[in-house]
Amino acid sequence: MDPINLDRRRLFVGSGLLGAGALLAACTSNEPEARAETTTVAAGGGSGNDEPGTEVVIGFSAPAADHGWIGAITTKAEEEAKQHTDVDFQAVEGSNDVNQQISQVETLISRKVDVLVILPFDGNALTEVGIRAMEAGIQVINLDRVFSSPRGARTWIGGDNYGMGAAAGYYLAQQLTAKGVKDPVIAEVQGIADLPLTQDRSKGFEEALATAGFKVSNQVSAQFTVESGQQVTSNLLQAAPKLDALWNHDDDQGIGVLAAINQAGRDEFIMVGGAGSRDMMDLIKADSGVMKATVTYPPSMAASAVRLARLVGQRKGMSDLVELGVPASITLTSETVTKENVDSYLSLGFES
Amino acid sequence: MTLSVPVPVKPGVLARMRGAEIRNLGLLAVLAVLVVIGAVTSENFLTTDNLENILVSSSVIGVVTVGATFVIIGGGIDLSVGAIVALASVWATTLATQSYGPWMMALCALLVGAGAGLVNGLLIAYGRLVPFIVTLAMLVSARGLAARIADNRTQIVTEQPIKDLATTDVLGIPLLVVILALVAAAGWVLLNRTTFGRRVFAIGGNAEAARLAGIDVKRGTALIYLISGTCCGIAAIMILARTTTGSSTHGNLYELDAIAAVIIGGTLLSGGRGTLIGSILGVLVFTTITNIFILNNLATETQNIAKGLIIVAAVLLQRRANRENGS
Repeated sequence: MDPINLDRRRLFVGSGLLGAGALLAACTSNEPEARAETTTVAAGGGSGNDEPGTEVVIGFSAPAADHGWIGAITTKAEEEAKQHTDVDFQAVEGSNDVNQQISQVETLISRKVDVLVILPFDGNALTEVGIRAMEAGIQVINLDRVFSSPRGARTWIGGDNYGMGAAAGYYLAQQLTAKGVKDPVIAEVQGIADLPLTQDRSKGFEEALATAGFKVSNQVSAQFTVESGQQVTSNLLQAAPKLDALWNHDDDQGIGVLAAINQAGRDEFIMVGGAGSRDMMDLIKADSGVMKATVTYPPSMAASAVRLARLVGQRKGMSDLVELGVPASITLTSETVTKENVDSYLSLGFES
Repeated sequence: MTLSVPVPVKPGVLARMRGAEIRNLGLLAVLAVLVVIGAVTSENFLTTDNLENILVSSSVIGVVTVGATFVIIGGGIDLSVGAIVALASVWATTLATQSYGPWMMALCALLVGAGAGLVNGLLIAYGRLVPFIVTLAMLVSARGLAARIADNRTQIVTEQPIKDLATTDVLGIPLLVVILALVAAAGWVLLNRTTFGRRVFAIGGNAEAARLAGIDVKRGTALIYLISGTCCGIAAIMILARTTTGSSTHGNLYELDAIAAVIIGGTLLSGGRGTLIGSILGVLVFTTITNIFILNNLATETQNIAKGLIIVAAVLLQRRANRENGS
């Protein structure tokens, strides 16, 4: 962390004073003239961040794009990088083997990229290599799955797994209370059970339901794949001959969950999805089955991570904040998409 | 397989048959114990719906296991079954294939499965490569090809007749279960009532002796993998119906599930001996365990521990039965 702190301090002393005046003007004024003025200032804090600056080489490493969400992560990152003429984007082949991902990140380190964007398959396993990158003077943007030490990354940006569970829980609690259901039977289809993100989601869900005095009656876990979703749900539906609500953590496996529900001919309950795929949003819009809502976990965070990487590489800050540098941590909110607001989210839905 | 085995055979074979009988009885006992546990721990276990659900859950992996039984009795191993299921499911659901309608989709899945199986078989039989390596290579490349074709997307089945396969009943029995029964019956006849079946046992028992006895070992071996691939093709059609999708993630770890079922079903991993009925019972045991765990709201980890214990217990029991039977 030391060399970075030093850099930041130098940045602060050097350009901070220079930028201070312009900064004040920029942040209080909505006048276009004032904004134009600040673009001449090199330091962050003003706007004009979209203007081409010094070239930044961004290395990108993520798990294998074997399902819709991770697939969308990779495409969004690539698309965003193409928007900027000053970004040289170097992605390595995705891998679900942490050892392989570590070696790929090491390759990027030895190529001396300026900034690394890493979505680790397992945050704990990739922390060490993140720290090595930082010590080699490469800034790391840790995307979504969290490193076990903050020393591994300059900035973390990712979704709110607890908040996602909580959003699903509050939505169902509110719907069931409105219907006047007493002692509802609530089921939960998790993704891969031993990932920390799954446990966070379930914790949020449980605690939000508890505010209405409800609890989860049946919990099963799938593998984020369609087939596993179908398999566990067909058994789950046998375990609960009558359901009031179901939350499925992941819209990719949700296609299988819905197949099982349709094959069993069940429609007595309401279902909430997770992540926000295009397929599920279409079903929510159609409102013809059990699917009533989904809580977002947007893959567009990959595009934001690339933007942050560029800003960090150019030693700029986020123009909407007063601070000179990019914050150390950014958590996205999980929003509840229902029939009422689905239209505004459709464009963000990712293909399964 | 009943005790009234048609007269012929040498005493050695007869004793072997009885050994198989006893092994199957042991597995039936395990299944019976599971049913009792299920019935005691959950009121929803012994319902028609749930029992049907167990059978349907067994159907896809069951069909794959029929093929795997041929391979293992024939002294080989097929690690590529799950990947072939995935590839066939993806190939059958591309926009191009779907535009030709449901029959073409089914035919496509069958051909891809059989084709991949044949490639395995030819490389192993005529290329003199080790089955483990060939099918491992097929596992990796078939899944890679599936991911490439699908562009890492989940391909949705739009043809209603294919989706209907999962909800159709024949005389009150789910069609997918009927398909499993037909495949298993055909496999049983082929294995136990035809010259080809005898040859599979012979090749697996001692390939060199089989060759000296005038059996075309190479052709036999190639056919065995063709059968396994074809079973994967059939399973792919069933998975399209079950999940309403084609995906490179389908059939994940089927190779391990199938091998585990075949082994607890009493088939020797070294080949030459085994029963198809045992394999099917093996599949039912695993599916029933999953079902009981979910009905009782227990976590997946515990379920996997139980499965591991059952594999060891079943194999230990079989070895004991073998010794007592003097074979």
